[in-house]
Amino acid sequence: MDEITSVFIQESREQLAEMESGLLQLEQNPDDHDNINGIFRAAHTIKGGSGVIECHFIESFTHRVENALDALRNGELAVSPLLATLLLECCDHMVSLIDVLAAENDAPDAELKASGDLLTERLKDFLDTIGGNPAASDASQLTVADDTVEVESSGGGIVLTDSWHISVRFGENVLRGGMDPLSFIRYLSTLGEILGIETITDAMPAAAEMDPESCYIGFEIQLQTRSSKADIERVFDFVREDCDLRILPPNSKLSEYIKHIQELPEDTMRLGEILVRCGALTQAEVDQGLSDQKDSAEKIELDNAAPQPQLGEILVENKVVHKEIVDAAISKQAQVNDKKAKDARLVRVQADKLDQLIDLVGELVIAGASANLLAQNSKQGDLVEATSVLSRLVENIRDSALQLRMVQIGDTFTRFNRVVRDVSKELGKEIELVISGAETELDKTVVEKIGDPLMHLVRNSLDHGIEPTAVRLERGKPACGRVSLNAYHDSGSIVIEISDDGGGLNKERITAKALERGIIQPGETLSDAEVVNLIFEPGFSTVEKVSNLSGRGVGMDVVRRNIQSLRGAVDVASVEGEGATFTIRLPLTLAIIDGFLVGVGKAAYVIPLDTVVECIELKNLPSDRNFMNLRGEALPFIRLRELFEIPGECPPRESIVVVQFAGHRAGIVVDQLMGEFQTVIKPLGVMFPHLRGIGGSTILGSGEVALILDVAALVHTVSQAEERKMLPGRNHQPTTALPNN
Amino acid sequence: MSSTQPLVITEDLTIYHALEQKQLLLDALAASTELELNLSQVSEMDTAGLQLLVLLKKEAQRAKKCVRIVAHSQAVSSVIDFCNMAAEFGDPLVIPAHEAS
Repeated sequence: MDEITSVFIQESREQLAEMESGLLQLEQNPDDHDNINGIFRAAHTIKGGSGVIECHFIESFTHRVENALDALRNGELAVSPLLATLLLECCDHMVSLIDVLAAENDAPDAELKASGDLLTERLKDFLDTIGGNPAASDASQLTVADDTVEVESSGGGIVLTDSWHISVRFGENVLRGGMDPLSFIRYLSTLGEILGIETITDAMPAAAEMDPESCYIGFEIQLQTRSSKADIERVFDFVREDCDLRILPPNSKLSEYIKHIQELPEDTMRLGEILVRCGALTQAEVDQGLSDQKDSAEKIELDNAAPQPQLGEILVENKVVHKEIVDAAISKQAQVNDKKAKDARLVRVQADKLDQLIDLVGELVIAGASANLLAQNSKQGDLVEATSVLSRLVENIRDSALQLRMVQIGDTFTRFNRVVRDVSKELGKEIELVISGAETELDKTVVEKIGDPLMHLVRNSLDHGIEPTAVRLERGKPACGRVSLNAYHDSGSIVIEISDDGGGLNKERITAKALERGIIQPGETLSDAEVVNLIFEPGFSTVEKVSNLSGRGVGMDVVRRNIQSLRGAVDVASVEGEGATFTIRLPLTLAIIDGFLVGVGKAAYVIPLDTVVECIELKNLPSDRNFMNLRGEALPFIRLRELFEIPGECPPRESIVVVQFAGHRAGIVVDQLMGEFQTVIKPLGVMFPHLRGIGGSTILGSGEVALILDVAALVHTVSQAEERKMLPGRNHQPTTALPNN
Repeated sequence: MSSTQPLVITEDLTIYHALEQKQLLLDALAASTELELNLSQVSEMDTAGLQLLVLLKKEAQRAKKCVRIVAHSQAVSSVIDFCNMAAEFGDPLVIPAHEAS
């Protein structure tokens, strides 16, 4: 694929994404003119690009969409949900068309083509509603109508024409550059109607000197169009360097035309003739202009001599040009500048290069830890100091390297606007999506992998969470349901919440189902939190009716598995009648963490530092109890020595590391506190998928392997055990404190 | 009118053949006083091709000779029509609507 096509594909995808979000906004703010203009511009740019690369199937379809958008922009069509849906479908269709182009197919297949034709028909139906006669309205759309700014003449008299005059002379090298001037002119005719065209071949030398591969051709064109000057200029973007382009707006002063004639290389009289022929001027105007040319020339000189703060302002003040022309030019310039500035701030880097960097930094961290250890053992003050400076720098490098991979979650969230819109239409419910914390950053790989589980949870909330409108009104809730997405950072993890204000989870039904499926045994009493979290068990689905949204046999257990594979956790809280909140917790990064090194017996363990709250000394505790009094609060704890069945006697002094996860605190009893340690996470092998309580392994500076504790699982185990103990009637059951099955 | 057979161009009048075609056309012009061109088999014409026709017409005028295009293909006539060159060429093609004056 040539470069220009791939650039077009990439840019079109960006434009389409903008167009989609614009269309979604359109429904909420039908009167936002800037937004409509933005949508129109996106479609227009795609059409322009497809014309240049001669991809006609995209061009023709986009042209029709653009017509509809144009009518919308001029207030000839009103925004209606039906129209918005149709335009969104058109947007989707354009995405498919771009895919066709990206797959290097010449034309869309029959199915796609049929759906395109169908969309065209529906667009046409909308356009036909404007006035009785679509043909007549087409023509009226083409003329530039601006009643607010009256263009007065400022000497020389205005030329009575409402069309643009475009004069272009192509440079000699245009043909050699692979461009065909004719295709630009042809494309120009898609902007509006070419009223008159004259081909200028005066530049062509005699046969001997004529190089058939050079371009000697130029055109004088009268174009009737609604497009702005910037749009017309954009047609010639690809040959801008290599052509002489002059554009006179409609109703220009005669003197402008005369000036134009004089600036062109051809003979004055001949040009006058040409302009008359292509309909820009009448013969009388040319005669008058040429006889006045001396005066006007002087006037122009005078204008140039005067101090000019802003050319555009002066032109508008003098009512020489339409304000819209200047505005269009300025906004175009601003856009170009913005884009340039944005491009300059961003560097596109291959993701695998970044991964390689992270790997190297990981090795650097391990090597640094080893050097640090050796320095400390050597007891040489200078060396210790040098290595500590080094390890601080390594730490900084590690942080910045990880920062590179961080992206905001906002893009992932905004994708759901469309999902919510479509699904709520489909279900006949009225649902709004509230997004907060979009600027929260997390690792790129996590963002990529969280999309699917998130989609499942959102759809679940839309489908099962939010009640039908009638039920909502009956329950005294606003008719419009609300689903919110929220993200924030919390002690080393990122938390994503999906909440709805629907009916909440039905605990009786969940219990009944769990009994039926044999997930729980009769007589087992569970806390409320345990009951609702049963929905994550494999093979659980409470809805009898399978809709095409959720309940496709892919249950919540898949969601949980996906999230767990990212070292994350998901749980749900529900208040019956008020709604449910799904909370996903994910580690910020998957590669390197700050760890807290502890020792039990001869082995070392790493606790993620972000989860550590404090360390306290453990003394005089009864060995049969698994919780202690910490400043008036009960703190459940777990003995690593017992948990991992490590042989050997407890040392006289043990310590408790207090950790926190998801609002729960727990203590971990260890022999020794060994201090902070930068930890490069090495995943556990495939042999240990069921190992609970261990999140991975790492290599210490000494070359020994240390296991990383999975604090989430440990805290969960501890708090669950505690909860069960406190439940009356459950004491007869053995405590399952060691679930490392 | 002319005793010579019309020169039949079979290749596309595009930039890819422009060099050789320039020579071919100019040689043909030099060889006769009334050159007739049959372009009915030209399936594509671009700016370079149009330029060649313009050149040929100009050269003929300079040498007081005559070049006539006796048959146009769809591609050729659409380009000539689009560029409003029909009047300039003066060949029997279509009556251009713009040439009122």
